[in-house]
Amino acid sequence: MSALLEVEDLSVRHGQLLALSGLTLSVDAGQVVAVIGANGAGKSTLLETIAGLLPAEHGRVLLNSENVINLPAHRRLRRGIALVPEGRRLFPSLTVRENLLTGQYRRRPGPWDLAAVSELFPWLPERAGQRAAALSGGEQQAVALARALLGNPRVLLLDELSLGLAPTVIAAVYRTLPGIVTQGTAVLLVEQDVSLALRHADHVHCLLEGSIELSGPPSQLTAEQIEAAYFGVSREAT
Amino acid sequence: MIWIDAILQGVLAGGLYALFACGLSLMFGVMRVVNLAHGDFAVLAAFLAYSLISATGVSLLWAAVVTVPVFAVFGYLVQRGLINRAMTGGPLPPLLATFGLSVLIQNSLLQGYTADSRALAPGRIGTASLRLSGQISLSYLELLILGLAVLVLGGLELYLSRGRTGRMLRAASDDPEAASLVGGDPRHLYGIATALAFGTLALAGLLFAARSSVSPSSGPSELLFGFEAVVIGGLGSLWGTLLGGIALGVAQNVAGQANPAYTLLAGHLLFLLVLIVRPEGLLPRRSIA
Amino acid sequence: MSLIRSTSGRTGEQAADADTPTVDRGGRPARYTAVGGVLLFAVLAYMPYLLVTGVTQTMVVFFYLAAMALMWNLLAGYAGLVSVGQQAYVGLGAYAVLQFSNWGVQPYIGVWLAGLACAVIALPTSFAVFRLRADYFAVGTWAIAEVYHLLTIQDSGLGGGSGSPLTTLSGIDPVMRDALTYWTALAVAGCCALGCFLLLRGRLGLALTAIRDDETAAGSSGVNVGQAKRTVYLVAAAGCGAAGGLVIVSQLNVAPDSAYSVQWSAYMIFMVLLGGIGTLEGPIIGAALFTIVQQYFSSDGAWYLIVLGAACVPAAIWLPRGLWGLVERLTPVRIFPLGRRIRPPQHSHTAD
Repeated sequence: MSALLEVEDLSVRHGQLLALSGLTLSVDAGQVVAVIGANGAGKSTLLETIAGLLPAEHGRVLLNSENVINLPAHRRLRRGIALVPEGRRLFPSLTVRENLLTGQYRRRPGPWDLAAVSELFPWLPERAGQRAAALSGGEQQAVALARALLGNPRVLLLDELSLGLAPTVIAAVYRTLPGIVTQGTAVLLVEQDVSLALRHADHVHCLLEGSIELSGPPSQLTAEQIEAAYFGVSREAT
Repeated sequence: MIWIDAILQGVLAGGLYALFACGLSLMFGVMRVVNLAHGDFAVLAAFLAYSLISATGVSLLWAAVVTVPVFAVFGYLVQRGLINRAMTGGPLPPLLATFGLSVLIQNSLLQGYTADSRALAPGRIGTASLRLSGQISLSYLELLILGLAVLVLGGLELYLSRGRTGRMLRAASDDPEAASLVGGDPRHLYGIATALAFGTLALAGLLFAARSSVSPSSGPSELLFGFEAVVIGGLGSLWGTLLGGIALGVAQNVAGQANPAYTLLAGHLLFLLVLIVRPEGLLPRRSIA
Repeated sequence: MSLIRSTSGRTGEQAADADTPTVDRGGRPARYTAVGGVLLFAVLAYMPYLLVTGVTQTMVVFFYLAAMALMWNLLAGYAGLVSVGQQAYVGLGAYAVLQFSNWGVQPYIGVWLAGLACAVIALPTSFAVFRLRADYFAVGTWAIAEVYHLLTIQDSGLGGGSGSPLTTLSGIDPVMRDALTYWTALAVAGCCALGCFLLLRGRLGLALTAIRDDETAAGSSGVNVGQAKRTVYLVAAAGCGAAGGLVIVSQLNVAPDSAYSVQWSAYMIFMVLLGGIGTLEGPIIGAALFTIVQQYFSSDGAWYLIVLGAACVPAAIWLPRGLWGLVERLTPVRIFPLGRRIRPPQHSHTAD
């Protein structure tokens, strides 16, 4: 049985620089896969390419065995790939409620609706009328996540959920993950915070300079292995 | 008394300015594009309606029923075929592309129709007026125009604030990439904004030709007035555009009452005054609605 | 290769020569241009003795159009100020010459004074103009031009709304008059080109390039953004004013509707866009092209404008750097050397 999301031999170029080279990974339905790595390793590039914001030089992105690599971002959303981008990117002049409603612009059938996301974040209804720009970082992150969920995606891409948030808020946001994956959604997340990734993911990939240096379930990875892969220490030794 | 009449006439004139300007406000609000050919497209609509009426003998109403939707579709095509492509190069290319269109349209009309101005016969409503008092009478046509302006602007405002696509238009104006992440195609959304803009400018062009007359070179001055109305009223607010149009009309008429030579000057000076003293306009909002 | 001055082991000047990179301002090409420019100028100055009046009159048109194009390019291509209101200064310049002539000043001198007068008027105007947001700038300058237009019409001493002839030149022999007009126009165009070149080669050019790239960064690096833009605005006003003076001197007549017409901006945009924005060669080429097209095709009615307008559309999309931009992309030819090249130091301390 093939995975819900498959990335095959993906290469992405930023000008002269090869940001990703020959990257291959997969995410099953109901699975949480984390991608870690130092700044500039290519983590955000990976998610943005899967979502359709960046063009790939080479490779395939398969959603349920269908290659979506040539589709623009809005088409991929309709197929079921949703990205919660780095920096949240809510629509600042729209209210919280309107931001959420945009998430339903092209929604697919599924369990996520306004009532369901309000269960996930109970404070949402009372903030509904506020402009998105007036919210705190953590609140914006929650709204961004809810906005993505309202489309009932099959694959959820999360880019640096914890960036700029207080630890308690991060914990609260990550607590929502189990509720998401029980619906059968595949989650591919990028994290700066390695311990968070290890704690919440079923499988971890460590990216270094555009390729996967280390892979495995968290239980099987030692701290030394991760450190070596993260900083590319093993390369110098050869 | 004549001053009150002047003010009222200004309000009525402002209605047309506002109707004309709302397309500019829309395109600028959603896409940050200044369509330098805006006025010329309105004039084009008027001339095409003129030909339609001359050829088939239909009334102005039916000509409008045909012309407005046709122009809306035309606007969608112009946006997707041309302006979207120009926008990828930064803020300058769309300015230059629409500038080229402006010159193209003006001179094509000149070649096709000669430099003479044309008017569209509005029918019985054109000559009738409502007498309020000894010195004040309001033309029914102008009242109708003001009414239409309020209706169109109000309808657009509602569409933008409540409608599903209207919401996406506002979202795209904030962040087109994020809009694509929720499934909105920015190119299509921009096309819709322009379609709406062209529909309203066609209507404005026809009404303008009915109220006075148009010539092939009327476009640029209308563009200037429309833009002034948008700026005076405040970017991002369609009600602001209505207010701006009325302010412009009143300024022109009141000054014109004192001395006809001051009519246009007063409008431009009001515009510059607002720009210097309160650049965000009378009813500013941060986005288009 | 080290870009930092090293003083280890060597002293003073020796160290400086060997270890610092040199900035090359153009070398041989600049010399070719300078010599070529002087020769061209001499040849052009001789033209009235050679050519028929019709041709010199066309060249006068080319000269003032080139001046306008250079000025608009200075504003839009270098300072990022897209103005649709330069006709304000064309009109003001033309009417200044008229006013000076009414006061007894010889129009050929009046042209230069008109340029100066326009720079003076541009100073207070600039304070209003720079209040405009970038998006509004274009249409705002147009509104200001209209204000000047309407104010001029109010002045009955200058002829009010209808045209006014420039009578003080009617006493001169027509051939002499054409020659004097030609030489004045050549001088104005030459000054505009030379002026732009010198301005842009200097500190202002660097400042403008920085502003063009990133205004905020330029400001925090010490560039006085406001002053740079204002300088450019005043120079452009002066140039357009002198060009406007040339218009009235060559046509011997002026009317407010044509002197202040937004058509002038249209022409400027055409010439600079099609010739090549952001270069000095571009506007001149654009002006030449436009003059030729206008002279040979205006008899066919408005067709040439239709074609030019239509040409703007694909040019905006596919040829954003204009014709000269195409030449720059395909060949190493540069007529006005405005760039700076860094040559690495002769000695380097680290082995690569």
